Amino acid sequence: MTSLDPATLDLKVGFEIHQQLATKSKLFCRCSSKEADKYDNRFVRKLRPTRSELGSFDPAAMFEFSKMRTVEYHAACGSSCLVEADEEPPHDISSDALETALIFSLALNSKIMDEIHVMRKIVIDGSNTTGFQRTMLVATGGYLDVAGRKPVGVQSICLEEDAAKLIDDDKQFRKYGLDRLGVPLVEIALEPVTGKPDEIVQVALTLGRLLRASKRVARGLGSIRQDVNISVQNGAVVEVKGVQQLDQLVKVIEYEMKRQHGLITIADRLKQRKVAVDQIGERIDDVTDIFREAHSKIVTKILDAPDAVFLALRAPGFSGIIGFEPYPGIRIGKELGRMVRFYELDGVFHSDELPNYGITDKEITNVKQKLQLGDKDAFVIVGGSKDRVEPAIDAIIQRLKGAFAGVPAETRAATIEGETVFLRPRPGAARMYPETDISPIPVTESKLAGLASKVPKPWDAVIDSISKKYNLNLKLASQIFDSNYHMVFEKIAADTSVPPTFIVSKLTEDLVNLQRQGLDPSALTDDTIADIFARLDAGLISKESIVVIFEKLMKNEVRTVDEAIKSSGIISMSREELSIALDRIIDENMGTVKSKGMDALNTLMGRAMAVLRGKADGQKINGMLKDKLEKLVK
Amino acid sequence: MSKDGSGGYRGHGLEFLSKHSLSIADSVEFDTEDGHIIGVIMPRYESGSDEFIVIKLKSGYNTGIKIAKIKSITKLPGKDIAPTVTASTSPERRDLPKIALISTGGTIASKIDYRTGGVHAALSASELYASVPELADHAWIDPEVLLSEYSENLKPHHWTMIANRAAEKVKAGSYRGIVVSHGTDTMHYTAAAISFALQNLPIPVVFVGAQRSSDRPSSDAALNLIGATIFAAKSEVAGVFVAMHAGLSDDIVAMHVGTRVRKNHTSRRDAFESIDVTPVALVTNGSVEMQQDSEIRLPPRSSATGLKLKPDFDDRVLLLKYYPGFDPRLIDHAVAAGYRSIILEGTGLGHVNKECFPALKKAVESGMMICMTSQCIWGRIRMTVYDTGRDLLGIGVIPLSDMISETATVKAMWALANATSIESAKEIMQENLANEISSSIPISD
Repeated sequence: MTSLDPATLDLKVGFEIHQQLATKSKLFCRCSSKEADKYDNRFVRKLRPTRSELGSFDPAAMFEFSKMRTVEYHAACGSSCLVEADEEPPHDISSDALETALIFSLALNSKIMDEIHVMRKIVIDGSNTTGFQRTMLVATGGYLDVAGRKPVGVQSICLEEDAAKLIDDDKQFRKYGLDRLGVPLVEIALEPVTGKPDEIVQVALTLGRLLRASKRVARGLGSIRQDVNISVQNGAVVEVKGVQQLDQLVKVIEYEMKRQHGLITIADRLKQRKVAVDQIGERIDDVTDIFREAHSKIVTKILDAPDAVFLALRAPGFSGIIGFEPYPGIRIGKELGRMVRFYELDGVFHSDELPNYGITDKEITNVKQKLQLGDKDAFVIVGGSKDRVEPAIDAIIQRLKGAFAGVPAETRAATIEGETVFLRPRPGAARMYPETDISPIPVTESKLAGLASKVPKPWDAVIDSISKKYNLNLKLASQIFDSNYHMVFEKIAADTSVPPTFIVSKLTEDLVNLQRQGLDPSALTDDTIADIFARLDAGLISKESIVVIFEKLMKNEVRTVDEAIKSSGIISMSREELSIALDRIIDENMGTVKSKGMDALNTLMGRAMAVLRGKADGQKINGMLKDKLEKLVK
Repeated sequence: MSKDGSGGYRGHGLEFLSKHSLSIADSVEFDTEDGHIIGVIMPRYESGSDEFIVIKLKSGYNTGIKIAKIKSITKLPGKDIAPTVTASTSPERRDLPKIALISTGGTIASKIDYRTGGVHAALSASELYASVPELADHAWIDPEVLLSEYSENLKPHHWTMIANRAAEKVKAGSYRGIVVSHGTDTMHYTAAAISFALQNLPIPVVFVGAQRSSDRPSSDAALNLIGATIFAAKSEVAGVFVAMHAGLSDDIVAMHVGTRVRKNHTSRRDAFESIDVTPVALVTNGSVEMQQDSEIRLPPRSSATGLKLKPDFDDRVLLLKYYPGFDPRLIDHAVAAGYRSIILEGTGLGHVNKECFPALKKAVESGMMICMTSQCIWGRIRMTVYDTGRDLLGIGVIPLSDMISETATVKAMWALANATSIESAKEIMQENLANEISSSIPISD
């Protein structure tokens, strides 16, 4: 990896940040933006692409349609109504959401549209009940100040509806929850920037901080999503979706740089071979009979299905190319594998990787003979049901042809490991048309003048004011601000007398530690956290028990704070109870007390904490124990 | 989009466009106070302010530009993309049942012009097959456009046109069924009208509409159209029907009898409901399931020779809803205005307050036909239960059993046009001609 230099490769990265807004209601109805914990209703739909007058379908729309099956929607009362079910026209736009989008536009020095028009962007993967996403261009141009580099240009600022949440996707049904559908999102697209991946990430971090400083954005996992447009010299723009965390982003950029340069390297090798592109796909044969007697488990499993076939494609000049890895894990073969999975097929094999998977030399020879394969040619075999194998073969032909150009323009999805996988071809411009159910929205000078005072302060100033207000050092102030718990922190600090430093340490260090152990932070809602600190403030629980309760909840061992307290026995002890418990510990360790005198305090404290952790405050234990010991020693 | 070619622009906007010889779909570059903007001129909402020009940007987004901010304009060479003719139309299957598709308005199949955002009806056979390819599996469709109206603009003389055209199709003898696409707002009125106008129908005539316009991927139009076509082609019964979604899901299309159906929701796709009866059939996964428990008796298919065409309507009928505070002078006004019949939508079992009695009496004596239905929508009226009802019967008000008000209004228009006297019109109103009156209402949840 270190051998790849971003500057030499002319790495360009453009960010598109999608930030959920913390509005009370959704963008086009007054349902709550809160996530549902259970669903009350279900219905099923089938979407179909609409044809443009030019007789063409949007390629992305057709791609989704080719995979189309029934979509099942689940709705919860309170978070969705007939609008989300596409059973009622949209209501007026949320003025709160629009105001937030305008404030962001002002903060980024963008030119705000004179009149905003709501559009329908066709999306037929089922994630929108309507088959389109409502979106509007709010502003264009402007810039973001980023420390240590030239200001980064802003391309556009849009306000749009979030999509429904995918609950499940099996071969029969794709299931979505409607609670997230229609939640307002601001999409900010930045001009492509250059630099090293970790420097580039600072751009995204700075933008995220600016948005959070407004206190108008939703927090927590999934509330901010980044699409990243990545390109290198001589390549095409690849859009990567679904990057949620900044450390993942660095990995994704590094991976794409490697992948794209790898694909260009493969293209160079292909060009040297002078392969005729047109010949790819000229020869496709049904080789099902060759595999009838195969012993390969994968093959026999595929052939068990009644309409299963194996088709073989001749790839002229590709011998050694499909399996060629300019970098570890970067090869055309891997891309083909992902591609056929899209057609719900598992069985794709190519000659560079065979014999393998129980497929024998004899079978390979037979396929080669059937396809009249030359020395420099490769083959690709796809097995599965006929109606899937045929479109998959078409996609493979297109992909092999695309190998000559190097990097195909496509949309990819980020994996948790920081790699990317093929998602769909890039959508064309032919997917937008006006949302005629909503009138255009004029933006007046007077409205904008009223918003100027709401523009968020720069990050440094925000941290500084948090630091002063709560008497936190700058590090703690920035930690709490960058965490998902800034808003709940402010609430607890305002409502209780718990020292802010203590709250911050629990909500940052301790929670981060628990998350590093793989525990689920989603079990801790803001309300739950506030409840726990309120109990501490009331003396109902001890300081030590906070992390114990966090852990119980995050392990999903219990559902409520009450259950957590009960199950771990951390009810705060009264002074009398504590005194009795300490007397018992002293009795049990009288030998140590007699031999060590006051020096026994540390040992006794250790014993006491082992038994009493979470039931009483550590300082209180220490104080009482010291008193008792002093009396005894005297 | 406006029909006069102004693209919805008026006032300043229209002035600006004509001053600079610009029209819809022109590519332009504007130099404005906020910078350069390149795009295509788009149509405008006629109701919006006249201070803006709408531009489609390269990104696909539309935006409104304030005319006052525009400093100069350059018209760019238009990049007209030649419309590519769709190649992949399914061949007509002439071995399949032939179905006439009469379009009266509403866009049951449509296509979008993504450059201007306009939605156009797609109604040639090839366009239909291209939009709803499944149709080609079930029928050989013979489409034609009879009317192009929003359904709220349809009048009784349009019913006459539809009845005449459908009768011609029936008499041609080559059609297995007729599908009529229709805007949903008044589809139940038209379905009732055709139920009376085409007597002894030998084949099914199926009305179909969509609650979500067909330019959106989630439209209910395709499934409804497929359901209507399958029923028209496969069912063994004749009559007039309405085919619409049975529920919120895209799976079942309900077939309602034309005289017993009502639009009961402003926007849901299952807005149409059979009143007091169960739908006669459900169409699911390409097949027709007749509902055996339906009380409706339907005639089997027969030959075209029995068809009786009575396409005339007299629109001097007033549908009048009674409410507390109702002014009896409204009845006097109706008489004075020359109405020949009032359908009273009374309360409960068929009542209006006694202050209306003198006006009603005068109206009946003047030769007007006064009929009673209930605003309860569900259930039958019964005017012998309370004094008020009995008094109204005494005055000469005609009780219409469980006929729904909208059907009663249409039927009165038809009866007045086809009866020789007001007395015979009153008799016709109480006869069950097209399942508009049922003998029993089933017990249901």
